[in-house]
Amino acid sequence: MTLNAFLFQVLNGLSSASGLFLIAAGLSLIFGVTRIVNLAHGSLYMLGTYIAYTFATKIGGVTGFWGGIVATAIIVGIIGALIEIVLLRRIYRAPELFQLLATFALVLVINDAALWLWGPADLLGPRAPGFRGAVEILGRRLPTYDLFLIVIGPLVLLALHLTLTRTRFGRLIRAATQDREMVGALGVNQAVLFTSVFALGAALAGLGGALQIAREPANLATDLIALGDAFVVVVVGGMGSIPGAYLAAVIIAEVKALCVGIGVVDFGFFTINFSKFTLVAEFLVMAIVLIVRPYGLLGKAQGAVRSIAEPEEPIRPATPLLKALGIVVLAVLLCLPLLAQGSPYLLVLGIDVLIAVIFATSLHFIMGPGGMHSFGHAAYFGLGAYGAALLVKWLAFPMGVALIAAPLLALAGALLFGWFAVRLSGVYLAMLTLAFAQIVWAAVFQWEGFTGGSNGVIGVWPPPPFDKSWAYFLLTLVLAAAAVLLLRRFLFAPFGYAMRAGRDSPLRAEAVGIDVKRVHWLAFAIAGLVCGVAGGLFAFAKGSISPETIHINRSIDGLVMVLLGGVQTLTGPIVGASVFALLQDTVMRQTEYWRALMGAIILLLVLTFPQGIVGAFASLWRKMGGRI
Amino acid sequence: MSVSDLSVLELRALSKSFGGVHAVRDVSFEIGKGEFLAMIGPNGAGKSTCFNMINGQLAPDSGEILCEGRSIAGLAPRDIWRLGVGRTFQVAATFGSMTVIENVQMALISHTRETFRLWRPAASHHRGRALELLAQVGMEEAADRPSRELAYGDVKRVELAIALANDPRLLLMDEPTAGMGAGERHGLIELVKRLVVERGISVLFTEHSMDVVFAFADRIIVLARGRLIADGDAAAIRDNAEVREVYFGTGKTFALSASQGAKA
Repeated sequence: MTLNAFLFQVLNGLSSASGLFLIAAGLSLIFGVTRIVNLAHGSLYMLGTYIAYTFATKIGGVTGFWGGIVATAIIVGIIGALIEIVLLRRIYRAPELFQLLATFALVLVINDAALWLWGPADLLGPRAPGFRGAVEILGRRLPTYDLFLIVIGPLVLLALHLTLTRTRFGRLIRAATQDREMVGALGVNQAVLFTSVFALGAALAGLGGALQIAREPANLATDLIALGDAFVVVVVGGMGSIPGAYLAAVIIAEVKALCVGIGVVDFGFFTINFSKFTLVAEFLVMAIVLIVRPYGLLGKAQGAVRSIAEPEEPIRPATPLLKALGIVVLAVLLCLPLLAQGSPYLLVLGIDVLIAVIFATSLHFIMGPGGMHSFGHAAYFGLGAYGAALLVKWLAFPMGVALIAAPLLALAGALLFGWFAVRLSGVYLAMLTLAFAQIVWAAVFQWEGFTGGSNGVIGVWPPPPFDKSWAYFLLTLVLAAAAVLLLRRFLFAPFGYAMRAGRDSPLRAEAVGIDVKRVHWLAFAIAGLVCGVAGGLFAFAKGSISPETIHINRSIDGLVMVLLGGVQTLTGPIVGASVFALLQDTVMRQTEYWRALMGAIILLLVLTFPQGIVGAFASLWRKMGGRI
Repeated sequence: MSVSDLSVLELRALSKSFGGVHAVRDVSFEIGKGEFLAMIGPNGAGKSTCFNMINGQLAPDSGEILCEGRSIAGLAPRDIWRLGVGRTFQVAATFGSMTVIENVQMALISHTRETFRLWRPAASHHRGRALELLAQVGMEEAADRPSRELAYGDVKRVELAIALANDPRLLLMDEPTAGMGAGERHGLIELVKRLVVERGISVLFTEHSMDVVFAFADRIIVLARGRLIADGDAAAIRDNAEVREVYFGTGKTFALSASQGAKA
């Protein structure tokens, strides 16, 4: 790459940085004050692109475009205020896991709302009036609109900086970012403050989206992509820090631009196409920053916010009643192939449910007793599934070997990622696990030559007799039962107690000689290993695997399964996974708007039913005087 | 008063600063075997910082901490615990999702290095020994109750049983009676004193209640503004002019300690 080409890429990077900054600044502001990581922030950005598109095409001209951008920011700001008033106010004091899930439910609902309003096709906006041309810089042509974007980022940064340092509103925001309880104690109306901060953050996201329509089409996939970008920028810059967000936006945009600029490099014995690694590079930067500076480049350690979770009951060994119930369920499942002779679909459904059970139980293992809320459990599922599929594709391994290798690969991934993850806690751990999962996903997605890219791997069929669905069902059943019983055994053993000790009181645990990090690391590894089994089984059950099946949605599905069943119970994940998988295979297939339905289920769960099915049943049973 | 030749714990010129604040400055003292040593001082005197350095939660800037002659400064809390140093906290910390006896069993499991066992149920480990320990603190009746349901005074007793699980030679007790009623206080300290005398354990404790300190401590050391200003038995401390000044104040010291207090 010549020096000129390099400098040109730097300019390109700066114009992308402005876009990144606008989304990230709002997310960072909102987190700083409310301590809520708003997963729906990318959705607000996406709404910005659609609303601005509508203004620019329906009204048109200078007014439609530039006036539309301003109007869009205001409208999205109002939507943000409504979201805060209707939903978030109810969950400020809930455990952060529930906050993350509730805002993710919004992602699903908003996505389907956009689908309903604007349809599935990409919508390309007009070019910006007044910035249609290009100028020649360093021997290349740069659109003038890009130059405009390069300027707008620092301008917004300056405006925000002045607002934060020179106005009363800004002082309140800064004070609340440092100690929101103290701000409340000083008599500041927190409700109004929170709503206005959320509206401001949303308006920035809307503005960011609106400014993009001249460059990129409005698209239903934008929400998660923008969210991913905003996340990375906020975490790298430091949550709550606006200058940090700009700094990080520049770093991330430049790293990506340079990856594209470098292109294919020949190292002699192998070649790497760097332009294929933009996504990996982005999350790699985030992972490194989280490891070296857990609170971001310009961020400060956040004071713990009290969350009011129901205290957990001690775990008790299964009563005869529960054991009998377990044996009955197992017996019915063993007979299912006989019962299902007329309807083979029942067995396919059964396999889906059992794989979901393994997945959810392994996630619960670290989430419940370990207290580590992983938002990236799909990574280990993906490592297992792709591990098995690729071994079959490239090395023609038999299924047995592939199914053993799959969990081992997931174990290796979990050992590596877990070593870093257990050093953080709470929302930072959630972010880091998410980042690792995105790295796995991005690597699979962009490494086309090896993984098949977006097409995935096909033709991963099990050999006889497992090509019959009854045989494969029984294999899955045996492995699922083994996984569930084994994990349960571990939880009752000293190791499981040490896990809970480290979660209940790290201070006390360390003071009685328990190496909490090592215990949690091993727990993470065990969960990854078991999850890899689910991934391997999934690949052979479907005969194929694609990046879509290991995306963030699968991580969230796992969280919903565990919460649906009840995170504080041991049988909860089994029930939750079964109900969820059945719902997914039946109800959600019936409607085009399954996302909205799923979002509604999550919201219902979070707002009215935080104990989950088994938790609610258990407390009802106790009230009636029974023991489980 | 029992001071033996071999000191269980010895601090030599220990210092720690936070930013520009000298929380602990050049503090040296030792604890003999079986000694019941109280560390007192006004708020912000550096007591908790001292404790956290001995316990391993903080690394000292300079100075030495010797446990039976072995340097322990900078070791992790869990390693220091393995050397026989038990600890109770100002705000009692137990494992809320476990029963009372499981709390003690957990400590015993860790003591025997069985933490990473994956098979035999934890409930079958050391139950007898755990019951014994609970009996000694008067909590065997509550063995199978969830620990989070206990009254605060009882939580303190359970914490004591946990701290005794590894047969410590030294017990660090940060305000063992904080948050307890006057009647309970004497009961708990009497219990601690009886248990440690039986076993020859040394105790270093901080305490705000002066009647407890003067009634039970073998020896008292006084910290003020990060420095050790007095070391002696109850009578000597009572008569010490500097201690009186720190606690009851001349106008001058009051102004000084108020400005120190603001930083603490």
